[in-house]
Amino acid sequence: MALTYNYPDSTGHFGIFGGTYMAETLIPAVAELSRQYLRYRDDPEFKAEFAYELKHYVGRPSPVYHARRLSDDLGGAQIYLKREDLNHTGAHKINNAIGQALLAKRMGKKRVIAETGAGMHGVATATVAARFGMECVVYMGAEDIQRQAANVFRMKLLGATVVPVESGSKTLKDACNEAIRDWVTNVESTFYIFGTAAGPHPYPMMVRDFQCVIGNEAKLQMPEMIGRQPDAVIACVGGGSNAIGLFYPYIEEKNVQIIGVEAGGHGIASGKHAAPLTANAKVGVLHGNKVYLIQDENGQIIETHSISAGLDYPGVGPEHCLLKDMGRAQYVAINDDEALAAFDALCRFEGIIPALESSHALAHAMKIAPTMSKDKVLLVNLSGRGDKDMNTVAKLKGITL
Amino acid sequence: MSRIQVTFAKLKQQRRKALIPFITAGDPSQQLTVPLLHALVEAGADVLELGVPFSDPMADGPTIQRASERALKHGMSLRGVLEMVAEFRKQDATTPVVLMGYGNPIEAMGWETFARRCAEVGVDGVLTVDFPPEESHDAFEHLQAHGIDPIFLLAPTTNDARIQQVAKLARGYVYYVSLKGVTGAGHLDLDAIAQKIPQLRKHISLPIGVGFGIRDAATALAVAKLCDGVVVGSRIVQEIENSTEQNVVANVGKLVKELRLAVDQA
Repeated sequence: MALTYNYPDSTGHFGIFGGTYMAETLIPAVAELSRQYLRYRDDPEFKAEFAYELKHYVGRPSPVYHARRLSDDLGGAQIYLKREDLNHTGAHKINNAIGQALLAKRMGKKRVIAETGAGMHGVATATVAARFGMECVVYMGAEDIQRQAANVFRMKLLGATVVPVESGSKTLKDACNEAIRDWVTNVESTFYIFGTAAGPHPYPMMVRDFQCVIGNEAKLQMPEMIGRQPDAVIACVGGGSNAIGLFYPYIEEKNVQIIGVEAGGHGIASGKHAAPLTANAKVGVLHGNKVYLIQDENGQIIETHSISAGLDYPGVGPEHCLLKDMGRAQYVAINDDEALAAFDALCRFEGIIPALESSHALAHAMKIAPTMSKDKVLLVNLSGRGDKDMNTVAKLKGITL
Repeated sequence: MSRIQVTFAKLKQQRRKALIPFITAGDPSQQLTVPLLHALVEAGADVLELGVPFSDPMADGPTIQRASERALKHGMSLRGVLEMVAEFRKQDATTPVVLMGYGNPIEAMGWETFARRCAEVGVDGVLTVDFPPEESHDAFEHLQAHGIDPIFLLAPTTNDARIQQVAKLARGYVYYVSLKGVTGAGHLDLDAIAQKIPQLRKHISLPIGVGFGIRDAATALAVAKLCDGVVVGSRIVQEIENSTEQNVVANVGKLVKELRLAVDQA
């Protein structure tokens, strides 16, 4: 495996997945982005600045925490949490936003745009735009603006313009469509800070590379804490950026099981979910890449459902599609109610309020831990904190804030 | 010679420019699409671009987005669009029909089935907005095998190397996107088009149609002077949106007649 796993290829394909499915106007822009990224990726000065920002601005490395009380209660495998929730802005999204902003700066772009679902990537982009003195416009589905009002206010405080998207399902995919329309119109002045490891090449590779700091740190931290690597690494998968950031450095660690957790919504059988890999969705093309895609028999994209806005997306990054087909990673789904139960458990047992997205990963760990012996170790990526979800959770519990 | 070749050859002989209107199949209703296509031809259309609605039309502005939403609400599918072309062909054997849309509905059907059906029903060309030459191997192979022309986009951002790449693959005509933006945008720059067309002509021997942002007789005339054909989409779709089921065919016919008169002055 060490010798064979080398993706994407030079044209941005992960096997049959990925690629550059974009309108002609944007093709030169993504080609230029590829050139610039490849130029700076190994540039010592770029790497040093990225590392500096991650350390001093984001607060990395993020710790690994042994959730001892929760593990004891479950009575099986030990659950460890990679604490991305402790990053500045409260999620893993900032790792990628910093990386892309540093690239935008070198490319002379003064205006950045972003799509956002839960608002965490929007907040991260607004944050780095303020940090580097760039104009920032964030596209967000009108439905998500309702669900994530606090994050909308945060972005505005940071000086960003938040544009509500009223088309289609009014969620993340529609925000992507609108950001692409902005980019095609302002292609020369604007850098599109894409939030997940999907989209046209080079985004899946570039976002993965910036997020790999998660897995690279974990690979050093776990031996310090337990004298070895964990038995499994577990992360939630919407587009899949926090997951690929944790998984990628572990791909060649054959003894480590890799588990991606999709949003099962009301259950796969109900059809109201956002789990293309688990539900065996057909391969399709959306937002610049070929991936497993939730669609009807006519190739129209179907509205997805998840309790967590950040996972409410019909596609998934191309590298996850490949890892599934290769059998290197396993993908499962966790339903809304299971994610909520995990959310509650982490609050009560560990004093940590997780994001609803991350609660999906945790829920799967809680599901399998009791079936495993006490000397087994599960490392869960706690990709974000749950402050943004107060309204959603309160509403579900019938409480008015 | 294909219908597209015959059409452009005849226009060249007559020293006229092509008028290429666009409508979305299934908008305002499935029953009205074929009558609208005939009305477009009667009003002077040379080539018809028929939009295949898609749930996520990333390259389109609000007008065509709404048309796609209306069409999908009425149950329009790629299968249905192909049937409409078959219906249209019963009365019109000569006007070229080009399907325009996004790749996923075709991926879902399969390129081989799609290309075969296109040939059966009388589709002449296919333009897939989000499939650039780099990702068009499958598409190209199957379309070619069934004699369907792959129509490619060129843009203000397209450089010489890419123009040459498109020149190798394109058949029928090429579609030059007049501006950086989405369909129906309001910032047409005639000087920029005038500068770009000679650069395209250096490598492209096919006719060049220009579209995006052409919204009245005056802009249609100005653009027609610079190229071989004028594509008008959002303006016609807007007329459909603002009409009733009773007067839509007449209104669209009247608008296209005005555009025809303008283009013929070029």
